[in-house]
Amino acid sequence: MAYQAQLQIWRGDAGRGELTDYKVEVNDGEVVLDVLHRLQATQAGDLAIRWNCKAGKCGSCSMEINGRPRLACMTRMSTFGENEILSITPMRTFPVIRDLVTDVSFNYVKAREIPSFTPDPAIKPGEFRMQQEDVNRSQEFRKCIECFLCQNTCHVIRDHAENEGAFAGPRFLMRVAELEMHPADTADRREIAQDDFGLGYCNITKCCTEVCPENIKITDNALIPMKERVVGRKYDPLVWLGSKIGRRQPHDTPAVPGKK
Amino acid sequence: MTDDIQRLPYDVVVIGAGGSGLRAAIEARAAGKKTAVISKSLFGKAHTVMAEGGAAAAMGNVNPRDNWQVHFRDTMRGGKFLNNWRMAELHAKESPDRVWELEAWGALFDRTPDGKISQRNFGGHEYPRLAHVGDRTGLEMIRTLQQRVVALQQQDAREHGDPEAMIKVFAETTITRLIKDPTGSRIAGAFGYIRESGQFVLFEAPAVILATGGIGKMFKISSNSWEYTGDGHALALLAGATLLNMEFVQFHPTHMVWPLSVAGLLVTESVRGDGGVLRNSEGKRFMFNYVPDVFRAQYAETEEEADRWYADPDHNRRPPELLPRDEVARSINAEVKAGRGSPHGGVFLDIASRRPAEEILRKLPSMYHQFKELADVDITKEPMEVGPAQHYVMGGVEVDPDTAESVMPGLFAAGEVSGGMHGSNRLGGNSLSDLLVFGRRAGMGAALYLDGLDARPATDEGEVSAAHAEALAPLDRADGENPYAVHAEVQQTMSDMVGIIRREDEIKTAIAELDKLRERAVQVRAAGGSAYNPGWHLALDLRNIMLIAECVAQAALERQESRGGHTRDDFPAMSPEWRKVNLICTLDGDRVQLTRQPNPPMRPDLLALFDRDELKKYLTEDELPAPAAEPVTSEETR
Repeated sequence: MAYQAQLQIWRGDAGRGELTDYKVEVNDGEVVLDVLHRLQATQAGDLAIRWNCKAGKCGSCSMEINGRPRLACMTRMSTFGENEILSITPMRTFPVIRDLVTDVSFNYVKAREIPSFTPDPAIKPGEFRMQQEDVNRSQEFRKCIECFLCQNTCHVIRDHAENEGAFAGPRFLMRVAELEMHPADTADRREIAQDDFGLGYCNITKCCTEVCPENIKITDNALIPMKERVVGRKYDPLVWLGSKIGRRQPHDTPAVPGKK
Repeated sequence: MTDDIQRLPYDVVVIGAGGSGLRAAIEARAAGKKTAVISKSLFGKAHTVMAEGGAAAAMGNVNPRDNWQVHFRDTMRGGKFLNNWRMAELHAKESPDRVWELEAWGALFDRTPDGKISQRNFGGHEYPRLAHVGDRTGLEMIRTLQQRVVALQQQDAREHGDPEAMIKVFAETTITRLIKDPTGSRIAGAFGYIRESGQFVLFEAPAVILATGGIGKMFKISSNSWEYTGDGHALALLAGATLLNMEFVQFHPTHMVWPLSVAGLLVTESVRGDGGVLRNSEGKRFMFNYVPDVFRAQYAETEEEADRWYADPDHNRRPPELLPRDEVARSINAEVKAGRGSPHGGVFLDIASRRPAEEILRKLPSMYHQFKELADVDITKEPMEVGPAQHYVMGGVEVDPDTAESVMPGLFAAGEVSGGMHGSNRLGGNSLSDLLVFGRRAGMGAALYLDGLDARPATDEGEVSAAHAEALAPLDRADGENPYAVHAEVQQTMSDMVGIIRREDEIKTAIAELDKLRERAVQVRAAGGSAYNPGWHLALDLRNIMLIAECVAQAALERQESRGGHTRDDFPAMSPEWRKVNLICTLDGDRVQLTRQPNPPMRPDLLALFDRDELKKYLTEDELPAPAAEPVTSEETR
């Protein structure tokens, strides 16, 4: 049944802002994004919200609801009490553009630093043969909708902006893992995962996994296996010995384009 | 005063960053053209991510009998023979290469046991044909193309020292007008604004590719994202190009109907492809009652035969749940009207009683997730409640099939915004492949056009300042109506009166309503400034929604027959005479003009792919090929 929800919404721009109180009608089955849309249509036409599909598939409407990073389109109003005051704020890790919209360009910069898919040039389109069990692992990571909630949550950058240069964040460390586990990829990104993308900063607190709306096991399936691979690469005594006596050159790790 | 406009010279400007836009941009850059990609959303968020089922391509990985001819036939049947046959031919021939190319760019499709790309069954496709990744194929496609653009930018960083030297994505940017040269005879640029700052931009470019998708936001219940405000359709019309067959709007049969707030959320056709069936409130599989004559030969008549088909498709006919989308949507509509609907006004889609839970979870993970999270329904245990919603528009910019060029030189269109490919009804799976095939062709077409130009066209500064003034108007008005309110009324009008079932009197009422709404729409006011102001954005999008709603309504009134995505209660039959007619929208001043244009006859070798008996159901007597002669000698058949 319809009721009036009490919302505190952060309004403002890059310079300043504050929580503003609103009362908005809520109907059966609605999600937070419905209520924000009603607010936009009836009381605050210029309320800035980033959204797109309203189906949990595009990852645009990331925000913090009562302090928890969530997609507004997948957060049902029924998870809160009717008398509860809901605070809705922009993702904290990224600079605010306006109201609930943040500047997420950091993520696109990081995406461009990771060496891309590198197949064997001898394999022509149509000739790839891969088994389902071999593609399962990377497929899990490709479910990522790039909502950047994991990036927003990870304390390595949430609480330490100074780490942004050295740390790519869970989403892009997972992208490295995805390519490493891709059956048709031939590049080796283990060393740069550690040296350039800051895999070592991750201390597996699993906060990223907890907020992932796609339920991807980022820590268990991407980050920890990636750490193990890096260890294998860096500290394998045979590899070490080989490189010392000049028999085994580190053949991998293409340069990272554009990385400062 | 237009000195607050940032001017950006490019060779090719692609408006839209979904599947067709990105594929077009990749091709234009491959041809050495400096390319800008304009995205209304962030990079990688386009509506393409919502496509679930797959990309149709006759690779023959699951059933080796599949080939481009079979795909072509299915596409023409699905579109009730109104398709531009050359587009359908190119699409059927080229889509396998386009899918394989994605794999070479890193896409990870589901596999067959022998390691090839797996293919699934879908409505209207004779063989398993859809390359897929669970039920999130669109996401895989957009991510692959996005990552391909990034890979090219990495190459450009090495080569030119700047990753954006050859291809740059302008995220959260909207184009409001195309700009022509001072003679008004060809394209010279595109004017718009950057959402974040409100900064006005003028892309100075001889070639513009429209890849803006559809028009769903003129309807109340639609599976489309907010971006689908008919921008490309309207930009084309305003720039002097033509729109083709705008009356054909696809109402996809299965969407969530409850809770109300998620009504319109797509329930993929894969549920039916993978064994799900539709039942009414009496528990009956009602689709057996709705197989139309033209499809009688290909669809099962009993549940037993239909159920055997999944395991043995060579000796049984298909279940009627897998009829083309228009047929299934109309049938659901009829069941609900007859009082045999589900509690919330849909019907039941049941896969729980037909497939083991673990198979449902593996093949339909997004659907499981969607129903569990938003409706508290466990689809492995209980049926879903589903009903039709607006999903796609078959009508669009009239283009040359081979180059994707519109009638306005320098203006190209690909994907949903273009018309012709799908005729009166699109088959599921043919959209993702369409984006790839014609996105690439538009990129090639634009490059070819540029190579033929002797000089870059100058932008008509009168058009630029008019576009500037038009964009500022809603912000400058001291008072005026709320754009959200006007938008809601347009949606109500279109859904009520130009929706899935149409009648002359209702369409006329809708046109009269739209006339009144149009006057209100030009007077809306957006409070606030120009930086990330959704009220202002909607005020500007409203012009496009209104204009295209009028095209849909006018064309729907004109076409007095029922075919595919255009059902007239007062003209329920499909007419071979009407099949020969394409309806063309142009703009005369600010009014939509409708003209009839002959549909070009199909090339004889393509016509020969069909039985004469089947063609009889669609074509007029004088269009039919001569009856097969008596057995001929080998001499004559050479």
